[in-house]
Amino acid sequence: MSKIARQHSAHLPPDTRRTNFMEVVCGYTEAEALTESGRCLQCKEPLCSVGCPVRINIKGFINFVSKKDYKGAYKTITEANLFPSICGRVCPQERQCEAGCILGKKQQPVAIGLLERFVGDMAQQHNWQETRPIDLIGPTSKRAAIIGSGPAGLACAYDLAKAGVTVVVFEALHLPGGVLTYGIPQFRLPKERVFREIENLTRLGVTIETNRVIGKIHTIEDLMGRLSFDVVFIGTGAGYPRNLGIKGDSLNGVMSANEFLTRVNLMRGFDFPRYATPVGIGKNVAVIGCGNTAIDSARTSLRLGPDNVYIVYRRTLEESPARKEEIRHAIEEGVQFICLTTAKEIIPDNEGWVKAMNCVQKDETGSSEILLNVDTVIYALGTMANPIIARTTPELTTDKANYVETNGESLMTSMPGVFAGGDITRSGGTFTTVIHAMSTGRRAAKGMLEYLESN
Amino acid sequence: MFEITRVENFSPSTFLWEINAPEIAWAARPGQFVIVHCDETSERIPLTIADFDAVKGTITIVIQAAGKGTMQMMEYKAGDRISAVAGPLGEPSEIENFGTVVLVGGGLGVAPVYPILRALKLKGCHTISIIGFRSKSLVFWESRFRDYSDESIIVTDDGSYGEKALVTRPLKDLLMERQINRVIAIGPLVMMRACAEVTRPFGVRTIVSVNPIMVDGTGMCGSCRVSLGDEVKFACIDGPDMDGHLVNFDELLIRQKRFVKYEKQSLALHEKKKCPK
Ligand SMILES: Cc1cc2nc3c(=O)[nH]c(=O)nc-3n(C[C@H](O)[C@H](O)[C@H](O)COP(=O)(O)OP(=O)(O)OC[C@H]3O[C@@H](n4cnc5c(N)ncnc54)[C@H](O)[C@@H]3O)c2cc1C
Ligand SMILES: Cc1cc2nc3c(=O)[nH]c(=O)nc-3n(C[C@H](O)[C@H](O)[C@H](O)COP(=O)(O)OP(=O)(O)OC[C@H]3O[C@@H](n4cnc5c(N)ncnc54)[C@H](O)[C@@H]3O)c2cc1C
Ligand code: SF4
Ligand code: SF4
Ligand code: FES
Repeated sequence: MSKIARQHSAHLPPDTRRTNFMEVVCGYTEAEALTESGRCLQCKEPLCSVGCPVRINIKGFINFVSKKDYKGAYKTITEANLFPSICGRVCPQERQCEAGCILGKKQQPVAIGLLERFVGDMAQQHNWQETRPIDLIGPTSKRAAIIGSGPAGLACAYDLAKAGVTVVVFEALHLPGGVLTYGIPQFRLPKERVFREIENLTRLGVTIETNRVIGKIHTIEDLMGRLSFDVVFIGTGAGYPRNLGIKGDSLNGVMSANEFLTRVNLMRGFDFPRYATPVGIGKNVAVIGCGNTAIDSARTSLRLGPDNVYIVYRRTLEESPARKEEIRHAIEEGVQFICLTTAKEIIPDNEGWVKAMNCVQKDETGSSEILLNVDTVIYALGTMANPIIARTTPELTTDKANYVETNGESLMTSMPGVFAGGDITRSGGTFTTVIHAMSTGRRAAKGMLEYLESN
Repeated sequence: MFEITRVENFSPSTFLWEINAPEIAWAARPGQFVIVHCDETSERIPLTIADFDAVKGTITIVIQAAGKGTMQMMEYKAGDRISAVAGPLGEPSEIENFGTVVLVGGGLGVAPVYPILRALKLKGCHTISIIGFRSKSLVFWESRFRDYSDESIIVTDDGSYGEKALVTRPLKDLLMERQINRVIAIGPLVMMRACAEVTRPFGVRTIVSVNPIMVDGTGMCGSCRVSLGDEVKFACIDGPDMDGHLVNFDELLIRQKRFVKYEKQSLALHEKKKCPK
């Protein structure tokens, strides 16, 4: 067993960070990374990699780190994961790779995520790029259209481009990245990091066409016909916000987490009025829900300077699907958790603005009503499939909730040559994580290459 | 980047842009809109496609300077470029031979009605247009409307041109006189609500085009939610055309005010920049 304790990365102190959008976790210094890499036992049959959805050769890359061969480490990681700077930051490691680490049985597991991030950031700093081609499929006259530039679409584009396919990514918004750009806040995943990883893609020759809503400007039929793409990948995510359906839903001061986060992240409303898009939160904010999105919304709200930020959650904190680390950060920063509590009604003032929220709290003794004095309510209740693709592609088989159905390992949809992955599919369970989206994007790329070869 | 190929001023606060956007012009249908993002710091502003020409590769939008974003748009000249135009967005209007159709345009709403009028006329409808403005100096596109209207009526609030009336008066007269199969009304919310109230007792299907505050325009944020009967719809993907008899206009009017505080702040800043004293 390792005698050295897990290396902690420096964090910005809570009092500093609740006033700005700077990254909270500072990341390893070289010395810390070296010490941490030294903790790895280089197991014969490492369980860490089994926990990683894309099966990174973790032991291998950590070994390179310990030898200061960071480029070697980067190459090893990128055989399986193209965006280490992103995943090292946002993967729920405690449930994936680190959950399998043998050191975790007796002490703290190796900080695989922090090491991966260290290597990814190092690569960005030195402009390294992973260009090892996947087996070329021969002549490079094939064309692929990718719909959506979230992690699923980006990962798919990467593999196809490396195989010599001409790739065009169509993105509805004016910036690429999907949730990485509009959803996950700057203090957890700086946008510069995301854009740098995406730059690697464009350097491989991938074209990203923003402002293109597929289904509207071109249908999938257009892509396969008039625009002569040979294959299409649907990676449109599941961004349609869910509503609570209680009285007061549509009052001024109630908004979805997506709206709130988009106003802040994509439109940079935190810098209003220099950036023209207002965010519009008040002095007392209640976020309903307790997943990643809720925690992100609460911590983002806090940074915009209200007096109180509450998370209202119907279960206990232990049951929250959010990452433990993020919950801890939120508590440190001053987010107040109100658990076992269900919102019942949002109460308006005379002019249609939120004045308060009526909730029911349950405990051992029964249930009681509480009235929260809030002027802003943010719904973070999860999202569903966006209906645009389903509505404009009648040939495509989708389920009742507009999720795209795929077949087996290749992830081909009911339309020949059209594949799908990421949150818009429900393949392989319902984890909606960045790395899962990427792994399905890569799986589909494999399916697409096989399809191209045989057609 | 998208080039503005032509600018035309209709009045000190209303103007037209023609934009070079061949793919959008090709795909656009009457009733759809675009989102314009002038530069990195601007808001994404939804604007109806008032005309499109697939051959020339251009789309036309008509804009009313309502706040900072649209006022800034007034500063652009032909040949200038803006960073993004996304579209076409929204569901196209229903275009069929409905029989006799009345198309009502109020103020700037005249522009978005135009492509619908043209398409309905070409489908064989008997088209009656009613366009209304506050006064004569604000009138635009009168002759364009004539070209596609079997009958056309123009009114002004102050009587400086055409009949002195609100658009609802000729609308009501028509409904009393004869069989009208459909009404399409586009303009300020209060005007659309008034039109819907006029047609309600006659049971004539009335389509309005709602304009709630939007961000993405792709169904991702819910900012544009509208209560339609007892359902919630997103104007950007389910509309903007909606059944005027079901739209909850009161709620919409309140929701339009969500950011008033910030809009004032933006505007003040903009004016200070324009004429620094
Ligand atoms: C606030 C928040 C925090 C999260 N935190 C984490 C985390 O810490 N760790 C983690 O692993 N996961 C996290 N997730 C989940 C994770 O972000 C998603 O599972 C992942 O982004 C899904 O990737 P995707 O590529 O399928 O779709 P998305 O990232 O949703 O991207 C889809 C893209 O497609 C575009 N698009 C949609 N329709 C069209 C169309 N018709 N035409 C063109 N483009 C279109 C969209 O604009 C978008 O850019 C979080 C999610 C949210 C919302
Ligand atoms: C589908 C649709 C089609 C539209 N078509 C046209 C058109 O053809 N011509 C035209 O002049 N205007 C149109 N509008 C309205 C136009 O988008 C707003 O006037 C504009 O966004 C105001 O921005 P601003 O910065 O100038 O003013 P602000 O000071 O921001 O706002 C002025 C008022 O405009 C409304 N508004 C503000 N932001 C938005 C927003 N993001 N989306 C919608 N409304 C907003 C609010 O009611 C606000 O009080 C349309 C709106 C929608 C939703
Ligand atoms: S990609 Fe995610 S799960 Fe895999 S090793 Fe990296 S941090 Fe762990
Ligand atoms: S399980 Fe832990 S100790 Fe073993 S190789 Fe993986 S990271 Fe190293
Ligand atoms: S504008 Fe965001 S959902 Fe319609």
